[in-house]
Amino acid sequence: MSTAGSPPPDRPSGGEVEHRTYLCTGCPLGCRLEVDAVDGDVVEVRGFSCKRGDAYARQEYTDPRRPLATTVAVRGGRWPRLPVKSAEALPKALLSDVAAYLHTLHLDAPVKLGDVVAHDVLGSGIDVVATRDLPADLDA
Amino acid sequence: MISDRPQDLRTDYDVTVVGGGPAGMAAALGARAAGAERVLLLDRDQEAGGILNQCIHAGFGLHWFGEELTGPEYAQRFFENVLEEDLDVLLGAYVLDAAAGDGVRVASPTVGLATVPSRAIVLAMGARERTRAAVRIPGSRPEGVMTAGFAQKLVNQEGYLPGRRVAILGSGDIGLIMARRLKLEGVDVTGVYELQPHANGSNRNIVQCLDDFDVPLHLATTIAEIRGRDRVEGIRVAPVGEDGRVDVAAGDDVACDTVLTSIGLIPENELSRTLRLRMDPATGGPVVGSAMETSRDGVFACGNVVHVHDLVDHVSQEADLAGRSAGAYATGSLLPEDNVRLVPGANVRACVPHTISTDRTHVVHLRVARAMEACTLRLGDVHERPLRYAVPGEMTTVKVRPRALEGFAGGTLRVDVVPREEGVKA
Ligand code: SF4
Repeated sequence: MSTAGSPPPDRPSGGEVEHRTYLCTGCPLGCRLEVDAVDGDVVEVRGFSCKRGDAYARQEYTDPRRPLATTVAVRGGRWPRLPVKSAEALPKALLSDVAAYLHTLHLDAPVKLGDVVAHDVLGSGIDVVATRDLPADLDA
Repeated sequence: MISDRPQDLRTDYDVTVVGGGPAGMAAALGARAAGAERVLLLDRDQEAGGILNQCIHAGFGLHWFGEELTGPEYAQRFFENVLEEDLDVLLGAYVLDAAAGDGVRVASPTVGLATVPSRAIVLAMGARERTRAAVRIPGSRPEGVMTAGFAQKLVNQEGYLPGRRVAILGSGDIGLIMARRLKLEGVDVTGVYELQPHANGSNRNIVQCLDDFDVPLHLATTIAEIRGRDRVEGIRVAPVGEDGRVDVAAGDDVACDTVLTSIGLIPENELSRTLRLRMDPATGGPVVGSAMETSRDGVFACGNVVHVHDLVDHVSQEADLAGRSAGAYATGSLLPEDNVRLVPGANVRACVPHTISTDRTHVVHLRVARAMEACTLRLGDVHERPLRYAVPGEMTTVKVRPRALEGFAGGTLRVDVVPREEGVKA
């Protein structure tokens, strides 16, 4: 099933109607959402059973965002990896690049929950923060 | 900070909680909130938090904390409360045995072998994953076959990748989440193979973990064979007919070096069996009353030990109740009486708790067998209410207030989830 996808760069222009479909993630009913758009503007959303689906389809079409969670290497900590997350959802198209960038970092323990690991990551305006305390490993 | 502190164990605990995951931490805090002074939390791992520590993705806490947290954040918030309340915590502790009224026998590097006397015990051991052996995949026995949760621990905490090209059997949420996790780490994922004609994981995970990363989901498909001498070299995937038969000849060979299984959880109830608790074959856990009390006086249970949950927030809620009940029991209060037995009926596989009362408000969890939209929940012929949907992958949770059971003197109530027309009464 293919449902998601960032807006294609080759969007039709000149008044042509573009159709996109999404699987609503709002609840287990999983409504099939259909978006009609003209020149990048949503003109109609169909297939939702509640207004959350309507809002979701519009968001997915115009600016799909995803939370990112991954880990970063740490020296001298209880665990060799520190879990981190984007403080807000990132533009979907940036996810893989941000993850690849974070995987190049090396931190030193100790780390505290909420510590900023990467400020304004890849110019997204969004910080990446630690999601737990990682104390120094005293046996190390 | 999530840390262990060396503890001198007391000899007179009010409540001992076995398991320091989300259920155990909430139960220990609940016991203290109910007035228990001496509360002990035991876990066999080196830090509390259980599975939450490796569930680094978001999706926890919306109900309990009113905001979306990752697993480690959820665990740390709870553990900070445990430390603030100054509860006793013993980590690296393995519970060997327990006896209602006598306490638990525990082995740990710091206390050796000790019997910890305790008035009440709360069982919060959680669940473990079903393994390859549970589904009997034919083929050789090479290295590279592991549960999705184990791979999650390797990747997220230990910093190892399980392989370079990974196939995932089962579309449970852990498997879907590992598909995304591995893709983000640059690992190839050949696909998710699901025996059923429908996915088990949430729609959100299907979109965000599979579709977003172009990982194919093959429904009504299974791994018919695992090949390889020392290491996995490939699998044969094959379609599964409506009759459940695997058509091996119609299958395809897929090269991979790793197979992850995401095929369900089993409540971890060895200790419950040692205690000879009454068990429910439908949930795989102990039979519990509305105070989360088991069939033995002074023994309570909560979380995945009782039934497998989908949401940690529900675990916390249930464990808070179990802990409060244990705390009240240990400090001399009588547990409230139940007078209604719930029995699973049409399209209901299990209900928890197993008994409730007509004079208090209860939260009842059901697991349905088949998905239904716009259906009706029926409690005997006493009460019915509409449900927007009920699906096997999501626990159905209903609040039953005294008003709903008005006029019912007590006894057995059959719980049905039926299509709406059938449910309509004149
Ligand atoms: S549109 Fe509403 S009912 Fe349909 S899947 Fe989305 S949230 Fe659920």
